[in-house]
Amino acid sequence: MKHVLAILVEDKPGVLTRVAGLFSRRGFNIDNIAVGETVTPGISRMTVTVECSETIVEQVTKQLHKLVNVVKVSNLSNQPSVMRELMLLKVHAEVGNRSDIQQIVETFRGKVVDVSPDSMIVEVTGNEEKLEAIKLLLEHFGIKEIACTGKVALLRGSKVTRES
Amino acid sequence: MKIRKIKGAAMVLEALREEGVDQVFGFPGGAVLPLYNQLYDSPLKHLLVRHEQAAVHAADGYARVTGKPGVVFATSGPGATNLVTGIATAYMDSVPLVLITGQVASGFIGTDAFQEADITGITLPITKHNYLVKDAAELPETLSEAFYLASTGRCGPVLIDIPKDIFDQEAPFAYSVHCDISGYKPTYVGHMGQISRAVRAIKNAKRPVIFGGGGLIRSGASAELTRFAREAKIPVTLSLMGLGAYPGSEELFLGMPGMHGSVAANYALTESDLIIAMGVRFDDRVTGKLETFACDAKIIHIDIDPAEIGKNINIDIPIVGDVRLVLEAILERMKAPNTEAWLKKIDTWKKQYPLPDGGKMVNGCLKPQAVIRMLSDKFGPGTIVATDVGQHQMWSAQHFSITEPRTFLSSGGLGTMGYGFPAAIGAKVAMPDRKVLCITGDGSFQMNIQELATAAQYNLDVKIAVINNSCLGMVRQWQELFYDKRYSCTTLNVNPDFEKVAEAFGVKGLRAENEDEAAGAINVALETRGPVLINFVVEQEENVFPMVAPNHPIQEIITGGD
Repeated sequence: MKHVLAILVEDKPGVLTRVAGLFSRRGFNIDNIAVGETVTPGISRMTVTVECSETIVEQVTKQLHKLVNVVKVSNLSNQPSVMRELMLLKVHAEVGNRSDIQQIVETFRGKVVDVSPDSMIVEVTGNEEKLEAIKLLLEHFGIKEIACTGKVALLRGSKVTRES
Repeated sequence: MKIRKIKGAAMVLEALREEGVDQVFGFPGGAVLPLYNQLYDSPLKHLLVRHEQAAVHAADGYARVTGKPGVVFATSGPGATNLVTGIATAYMDSVPLVLITGQVASGFIGTDAFQEADITGITLPITKHNYLVKDAAELPETLSEAFYLASTGRCGPVLIDIPKDIFDQEAPFAYSVHCDISGYKPTYVGHMGQISRAVRAIKNAKRPVIFGGGGLIRSGASAELTRFAREAKIPVTLSLMGLGAYPGSEELFLGMPGMHGSVAANYALTESDLIIAMGVRFDDRVTGKLETFACDAKIIHIDIDPAEIGKNINIDIPIVGDVRLVLEAILERMKAPNTEAWLKKIDTWKKQYPLPDGGKMVNGCLKPQAVIRMLSDKFGPGTIVATDVGQHQMWSAQHFSITEPRTFLSSGGLGTMGYGFPAAIGAKVAMPDRKVLCITGDGSFQMNIQELATAAQYNLDVKIAVINNSCLGMVRQWQELFYDKRYSCTTLNVNPDFEKVAEAFGVKGLRAENEDEAAGAINVALETRGPVLINFVVEQEENVFPMVAPNHPIQEIITGGD
């Protein structure tokens, strides 16, 4: 199954390499990864999605804990959480079908953020399913390019993933 | 109080003094010139090796016998990359090391400058942690963290890469040997609930076995283990890394388990209903085929590294903590099980399947096992033995009587040929009053043979026993058993005359081709102060038995009775 890990790390040089390297050398495959700041200065948050069994994810978590710059690892897939990804799609668009595209984008609560004579850039956020769905619909017009952030996630409610 | 400013190179030596380090191992070069210049006026002792790999192994040997971190200096580029095998060896066997490498000057990093190598990148997967220092002001804290990380929790090598200009940069120096690292909090005291469960399981066990490893030695748990085994009357098997943690001479000792373990140890694990594993990691050389390993046994696993628990094998009672402290807690609460019938059964196995000693000499050729037994008898208890890797290593583990912790040094995890001789040098430097013996093979010895020069330079009283069968014996054994005797690239019939090589380096060299010569040579070696090499020419066909074929159940053991 898919596991989403929130990893709090010290913002030190090479820390991304340490985390990514650990996954590859132990044979764990990263689906996607997103890195950003947290409320605590000096601490960054990595959100890593891995597809593996419960036993493997436990081993991944333990190995991550052994990295000196890793402060906290929390598996968000076992708890109610909000997960989002952002996708930018450059869609083939002409005068005749721009409003059709616009309609689809609105249905998915996305935005058109750039228009040129023969293309549009669409921005949409959501979970994997939603992004898959809009991608499928827009393929009909011809997708020229896609850029995707990794998944980010927070626990629902007032509980937080904190460094201590 | 005004904090004084000193140069980076001086900081390194000051930190070593604060950490109580009086011995380093190394080899100079361009990027560490400022460090070696500082060393020139320092009381710190430096052992000059002939290849950086030997510096790490020597520091590793030093660390294994003392328990203190071994310290290495090396230059940038090739100096640093030559350390890699030694670092990986120490990492696999959890040996505390602090390695200081020079790096090209800060402004040149990333430009493919002369002798530049990204050693922090290269050693990322084989160090417990590493640092690239970008400002001398970071050095005091970095050095203190490095020593703390190397020598606490599950020990391991820590590397600090220091650009040449940082050695010359001045910055304020205030040192503290204690540090607090937010992402690093090892657990030492075991969970009481788990300890109670373990105590109950031990009390109710009918066929318990203690399976101990290197963690026992690192935590200094030998006395506790010995008390535990004796009071609970539970037999003990020790992995290669654990040898010495429990006296090999004790009645309850079964020998090693696994691929070249004793039949009694493998049968005991297989039929056991409770395995009390401590400071081990269930390596494939021990478990054989995982699915068939100790199927009837409940397993208690005590280890300081939580990631080892459940990594290879399912554990019923996990206890994260320092083995010595956990054993103390167990001892306080323990009720001994009734193991009388079990011990009787084990005794039958021990009598029925003794270790094969190689039998009688054929055509007057020396038997390697006999050589090891002779060395064991003549060198006596308390000798520090460092081995290389291969057949001689397994024969040493089987036939040399190892009765004390920290007296058997061997590359267990990585299996590094070339480890033994420099490790013996490091051990001798650490323990000048102890007898130090390197047991090596003709293949392994040639991987760090240049260190004869080091032994000669410092007149180090290290005895070297080359078990010379003119082949890469362990690989040859596998070719014989599993590859239709197709001896591809394992014959070394162009070996040098090792005794003459030794003499050329200024080391006494002796040759022994039969038992009388062997006994005579060992006597001469023991009477001589300083390094001596004995070239024991042994029978080539001799194989290491018992043996379990790789990835086979450990009870399917070939005893090699011919």
